[in-house]
Amino acid sequence: MTTIDNGVNVQALLDAREALKGAPEAAQFTWRASSKWQNGVHSTTTIQNFFGLGQEQSHKSETVFTADHPEVFAAEDNGITPIEYLLVGLAACLTAGVASVAQNRGIQLRSVESTVEGNHDIRGILGADSDVRNGFNDIKVTFTIDADASPQDIEALVAQSQKRSAVFDALTNPTNVTVEVA
Amino acid sequence: MLERGEVANSWRRERWDSLRLLTPNWQSRLPGHRYEGPDPDGYMTMGEVIEFIERFATVSRTPVRTGTNVRSVRRTDDGYRVTTSRGEIRCRAVVIASGACNQPTVPQFTDAVPASVVQLTPFDYHGPTNLPDGGVLVVGASATGVQLAAELKRSGRPVILSVGEHVRLPRLYRGRDVLWWMDASGVWNQRHDEVDDLTRARRLPSPQLVGTPERRTLDLNALAAMGVELVGRWAAVRDGRALFSGGLRNVFSLADLKMQRLLDTFDEWARAHGCDAEVDPPERFAPTHVPESARWQLDLRSGEIRTIVWATGLRPDYGWLDVPVVDAKGRLRHEGGVVDSPGLYALGLPVLRRRKSTFIHGIEDDAREVIDHLTRYLAVRHSLA
Ligand SMILES: Cc1cc2nc3c(=O)[nH]c(=O)nc-3n(C[C@H](O)[C@H](O)[C@H](O)COP(=O)(O)OP(=O)(O)OC[C@H]3O[C@@H](n4cnc5c(N)ncnc54)[C@H](O)[C@@H]3O)c2cc1C
Repeated sequence: MTTIDNGVNVQALLDAREALKGAPEAAQFTWRASSKWQNGVHSTTTIQNFFGLGQEQSHKSETVFTADHPEVFAAEDNGITPIEYLLVGLAACLTAGVASVAQNRGIQLRSVESTVEGNHDIRGILGADSDVRNGFNDIKVTFTIDADASPQDIEALVAQSQKRSAVFDALTNPTNVTVEVA
Repeated sequence: MLERGEVANSWRRERWDSLRLLTPNWQSRLPGHRYEGPDPDGYMTMGEVIEFIERFATVSRTPVRTGTNVRSVRRTDDGYRVTTSRGEIRCRAVVIASGACNQPTVPQFTDAVPASVVQLTPFDYHGPTNLPDGGVLVVGASATGVQLAAELKRSGRPVILSVGEHVRLPRLYRGRDVLWWMDASGVWNQRHDEVDDLTRARRLPSPQLVGTPERRTLDLNALAAMGVELVGRWAAVRDGRALFSGGLRNVFSLADLKMQRLLDTFDEWARAHGCDAEVDPPERFAPTHVPESARWQLDLRSGEIRTIVWATGLRPDYGWLDVPVVDAKGRLRHEGGVVDSPGLYALGLPVLRRRKSTFIHGIEDDAREVIDHLTRYLAVRHSLA
């Protein structure tokens, strides 16, 4: 049997699963972002530190995300729209899931591409129609996967990646959100 | 053998009126005792199940002490002290056969449901007539949920079914009962130490099956065709509104894919065992139809829904077991029915030793092995004493 390598250390993940079964406290993570208004509807958000495995952790380097709105919103378009960051998160999370599940199931991937479309009726955020919600009405993700596997196995990969996806869950299920003024 | 109620108590007290077994009559087997009526492919009514089990108790001369509720089981130096509603018993070994389905499980947010909505569990449900008129929200799409949704829809009520992960099965496959395939192909006999992910196998919900004289399939497509509205898994209540998951399509895909894989297994088995000629050709079923747009919220105060039926699962009750062998999630710690305390055994739990462990006919093989262990344990203890 040739070795499957999608670059995912599945063994480490399986070991973590076993270890954390008996240590739920260590499994509590807090992800953090700090944001700063620039001008107009342009802001920058910085991410570097998080908490997990019982202690402060840090990414190798800091990442700065710029958010703005496009010119059709009468803005300067210094960066992508905040709601587009949700698409980034969803695509990245499902893709990571596909790779991990494939590794675990012994499926060699050659390419995994996806497009994500979120349909958004902006009358909601503009307050033009109170029956229209602010967020996405629906989101569609389309994967194109080239792998050593049957179409059915590929479908199963994609289904399982949704089942274990943090962002898919965060978008499809309600979450309590508290916003305060410090 | 101690029984708090009567023989076949769970079938007398904890089932709804119209229920029939989802296992076919020929499959209802207890040691030396089987269905001998005219309809081997039919499904027993509750009256028939009670009679079947009562007859077995009589014929096998099982020494059942009925009306004897076990209130506590404690360890002693040389065994166990069992306190019952009819006095105390000391013994060297105990077999816990108190069932896997003693109480309904419901989500935590039931408290947040407005008081104007009646809430029922399968234990309170007898039939449509004891529900208020008006809409019903059935939560959970396993055997109980799909059966109750269908029955309530037929009673003329609008029915919404909240669907999480589920197990889809056709009633008949290639002309045979799908449970014939489970049996014949050996899937049901798969042992606990051969199953990939035992924790998951033990948590597997019951299949979407119903026993009817027409032997019909009761999957989500059948329910949708009857006019039952499908919504996602119920995730939370906020401001008197039920919020459902937007992940409905994926739970459909997961169930469709798993069913496909199972049917592939059956086909491979039939080919390998030269049975292809005895059964109909392989079939494939339409994928679960995804509604144009499933709603993700429902105002519980609007009057649209008058009743909620929680078909969200059943679990065992070990409130009487004063031996530290139950984990934080309320599950008994055991290895194939050998409980983590000398002389303590269990039977009738999900995938105790085999996939069929929780079915009437599935307990026999487990019982033989567990009792083997028990007799060896007693013999060793005896020779040491
Ligand atoms: C709704 C439903 C439908 C089902 N349909 C099927 C089917 O179609 N086919 C099939 O094969 N299986 C079916 N099952 C599974 C079925 O429960 C098992 O096959 C079988 O009944 C298990 O038998 P048991 O003796 O282990 O448990 P039970 O039948 O639950 O019996 C346990 C007994 O222990 C008694 N007891 C519990 N606690 C105490 C105590 N503290 N003191 C004294 N006595 C106590 C109870 O009163 C009960 O009589 C179904 C289960 C449910 C819930």
